[in-house]
Amino acid sequence: MLSSESLIQAVYMAAALLFILGLKRLSGVRSARGGNRIAAFAMLLAVGATLVLLWGDIGLGIVIAGIVAGSAIGAVLAKRVPMTAMPELVALFNGLGGGASMFVAWAEVTRFTGSRPDGAVARTMGEGYLLESDLMGGSEFTVAAVLSLLIGAVTLSGSLIAYGKLAGSVRGNRFGPIGVRALNVAILLGCLALMWYGGYVATGGAAIQLATLAVVVVALILGVGLVVPIGGADMPVVISLLNSYSGLAACSTGFVLQNNLLIVAGSLVGASGLVLTRIMCKAMNRSLANVLFAGIDASVEEGDKEYKGVKATSAGELAMVLDAAQSVIFVPGYGLAVAQAQHKVQELATMLEARGCEVRYAIHPVAGRMPGHMNVLLAEANVPYEQLFELDQINGEFKNTDVVIVVGANDVCNPSAYEEKSAIAGMPVLDVWDARTAVVIKRSLSAGYAGIKNRLFEMDNTLMFFSDAKAALEETIAELKDL
Amino acid sequence: MTTALHAPALLPLALADGGGAGFLIVGLWVLLLAIFVGVELITKVPPTLHTPLMSGANAISGITLVGALYCAGSDYSLIVKILGFVAITMATVNVVGGFMVTDRMLGMFGPAKKPAKKQEKS
Repeated sequence: MLSSESLIQAVYMAAALLFILGLKRLSGVRSARGGNRIAAFAMLLAVGATLVLLWGDIGLGIVIAGIVAGSAIGAVLAKRVPMTAMPELVALFNGLGGGASMFVAWAEVTRFTGSRPDGAVARTMGEGYLLESDLMGGSEFTVAAVLSLLIGAVTLSGSLIAYGKLAGSVRGNRFGPIGVRALNVAILLGCLALMWYGGYVATGGAAIQLATLAVVVVALILGVGLVVPIGGADMPVVISLLNSYSGLAACSTGFVLQNNLLIVAGSLVGASGLVLTRIMCKAMNRSLANVLFAGIDASVEEGDKEYKGVKATSAGELAMVLDAAQSVIFVPGYGLAVAQAQHKVQELATMLEARGCEVRYAIHPVAGRMPGHMNVLLAEANVPYEQLFELDQINGEFKNTDVVIVVGANDVCNPSAYEEKSAIAGMPVLDVWDARTAVVIKRSLSAGYAGIKNRLFEMDNTLMFFSDAKAALEETIAELKDL
Repeated sequence: MTTALHAPALLPLALADGGGAGFLIVGLWVLLLAIFVGVELITKVPPTLHTPLMSGANAISGITLVGALYCAGSDYSLIVKILGFVAITMATVNVVGGFMVTDRMLGMFGPAKKPAKKQEKS
């Protein structure tokens, strides 16, 4: 047994190394696909080796049924889901990962505190663990187990709410009283109390298992309460954070099972989520606490909320403007994803390039509903990534640009960010007004997520094209063909 | 897993809760170093790849599938088996779906396909 134990450790080490190499390769556009495959291979290796190790002892029926069902569901979702629905899908997978960690911890607690073939009786969670293993102290196991339950459950229900919000099936910012900040705090305290009770006070299998169930239920409610109040446009932050949680859940489950591979892989994911969370917060010039608990306060805005001197335009006029343009920059936003207009943008861009016009894309870090959302949509439409520019790279270029076309974006190009008295003061924005002409394709003058006025719309060099993004681009393409 | 049932001999020492801190310390070291490596690696990923990064990382967090397999012992009680089954299914969806959708996304990030340089005089 010793040799097979050393062997599995060697395989786990190899898998951990491959996960790191895979993530490293994800940092280059050319090597990324290979990197993902390396990580997938590492997973296969780890799961395969574990199956071989446990072959004689596991209930094959359960394992095969679970793996077959899970693979089928996962494969169908991965193949079928349109690219515009990617944020929802990532949120869903994320929740399932966190949920799995929760169930593992739950199963371990139940197993250790249940009736035993040798008749030994566990009075507490920690004692139950010590009847089975001596790698850690009992109270250390207890802490890891209740943390796994808490983080896993919050990840599961929080991600499902994020999924619902992104798919448009969950609206509003609370369910009855769920989602009120004071209640969230109370629920968290209640959950911690239950964790303490289940871990250290409850004696006997039945009491411990009931307390465990209570921890799970209350933590699930907490996850709902934490995500429900958060607005759609703050989703990039929330998804990144939940991504991090799913890693931390796997990590604490690693302590429950004393498995270093889970700790390594979980920490890598936890770190990745945290880095992305930080990038998203910086792109909005807000702290994480502000995103999670406060929301944007539009009431600090001063002045007239009505728009004056807005110039509306049409496809015909836009086509003429574009006909004369030597350089065009597209600024995509969430509206592009909603209208599924990425292919039309690419079609128009190709036409412009054929006419000798330089085409580029300016991507704000929080455009869309998850980090990198716009890049994926444009990649789907075969836009070469060399044409995509980050905020810092392109902001100086607008003043040398003939036409900027803002497609379904709003607050990421709001000049109010430069004013001290603004709700979005200090947020890095795309200076699209520096271009000779800025065309904004938008369905109406309604406010963006920040709920504030965008002075860009009433500037002299701004033309508003009131339409669905896809329809507007289609009409413009038709007009341009006729010129 | 099943070989660990030798524990009663160790009980007096272990119940005092001082004997078995071994894994915790090693585990915390591993955690610390892995987080450091993770931050270093992820900081270098360009924004273009943030979505595939997230879904790929997400698939890696399905590593908990390995843990779930340890919960599927044939001699465990029905409740444990059910919990284990749910864990295995959820984790497998996460792993298989996550890696496949990331691959699909990254397949679209082709290099420039030499477009539109045809001399088309307007």
